[in-house]
Amino acid sequence: MCLAIPMKVIEIKNSEAVVELGGVEREANLQLVEDVRVGDYILIHAGFAIQKLDREEAEKTLSYLRQMAEMV
Amino acid sequence: MKYVDEYSDAEIVQKLLAKIHSTSQSHPKRIVLMEVCGTHTMAIFRSGLRRLLPSNIRLLSGPGCPVCVTPNHYLDKAIAYARKDDVIITTFGDMLRVPGSSSSLEKEKSCGGDVVVVYSPLEALKIAQENTGKKIVFLAIGFETTAPTVAATIKIAQEKNIQNFFAFSGHKLVPPAMQALVGYKDLHIDGFICPGHVSTIIGSKPYEFISEQYNIPCVVTGFEPLDIVQAIFMLTQQIVNSEAPKVQIQYRRSVKEEGNLRALDLMREIFEVEESNWRGLGNIPESGLKIKEGFSAYDAEANVPVQVEETRENEACICGAILRGVNTPLDCPLFGRICTPESPVGPCMVSSEGTCAAYFKYGDYGK
Ligand code: SF4
Repeated sequence: MCLAIPMKVIEIKNSEAVVELGGVEREANLQLVEDVRVGDYILIHAGFAIQKLDREEAEKTLSYLRQMAEMV
Repeated sequence: MKYVDEYSDAEIVQKLLAKIHSTSQSHPKRIVLMEVCGTHTMAIFRSGLRRLLPSNIRLLSGPGCPVCVTPNHYLDKAIAYARKDDVIITTFGDMLRVPGSSSSLEKEKSCGGDVVVVYSPLEALKIAQENTGKKIVFLAIGFETTAPTVAATIKIAQEKNIQNFFAFSGHKLVPPAMQALVGYKDLHIDGFICPGHVSTIIGSKPYEFISEQYNIPCVVTGFEPLDIVQAIFMLTQQIVNSEAPKVQIQYRRSVKEEGNLRALDLMREIFEVEESNWRGLGNIPESGLKIKEGFSAYDAEANVPVQVEETRENEACICGAILRGVNTPLDCPLFGRICTPESPVGPCMVSSEGTCAAYFKYGDYGK
């Protein structure tokens, strides 16, 4: 039940965003997050954005994992 | 970057698994890791990871399925609400088929009870606006991930002066349940795979007491295959190298040490902590959320009186012991024979995140 899905922000109106994943659009309430812009990815849970995904951290984790894999 | 596909690269998963095999080989004892969260349980089964881990690493499923840990008494009360003519029950879909003492919401619905499945508490609020002659009771279950969304909905109800929306809070908190688990003498856990989305809200600090006081390492983990394999690798490293146990964040793209402060503030504005009853784990101090007095106008229990039948438990179902980590579904004589997803006897088979449902669906009985 704690499932939350990363979706891309394509439009923002006041405290609501239109988010998209695989061609499916949904509305998401933005009250629980800060500084969201069009193009950001936000985690959607029960109709609310619960976090803005951190691109830099996401890339850091991936490059760390790739490095580790090369060391095998 | 789509934040999903990148984290399921099969080649890197294989290589990390090889690392886990070589790291754990030297360890003299079996390593027991618990994934606390039901969404992790599902992700682990779906990816087939259990079969790919070395034989001396065992993954244990914990009490992190909100539907499963909701006790019969809550269900019975929800069913009593559903029987009232002036009430519309709004609920997440997973709750519908869970058997209470003598009925379920699904049965009530088929007998004419007004029960509507919603994806968001905001939908329940909309139903309230469209049905001003009815009382809309929203079954507010879920952990720290969900509670802020309900808190925000109550605030919106207040701002819009919506007077017929009521939340029935069955919200529960994860760290106190973990504390209860580590206190069980019949359960041994070497490391915790901590829930990624609960932690997105609460951060990583609330787990520190587990590492510090109970010497159990914790890794806050995402939900894609690479996330989970990396977390198992991090935990194995801590355990095999006998490092001082600590809390680490694997899921950095979403989890900050301090959590989501905005969501936490809102949650604390609307709810206060209280003792709560968990299926299988009993009463745990400070593990539940109740609506604060200032917001009691939105509290179903304060506004919609009902007679609730006496709670009875199904003696044959060992869901409770499974949630406690001391049994697996294979220990249940009803599993797969009498109890199946089509005709579930207990909540652990109903919820898509329940351990019995995962065992049944993926037939992954190996470990
Ligand atoms: S298989 Fe069914 S009856 Fe047995 S523990 Fe699981 S939910 Fe309960």
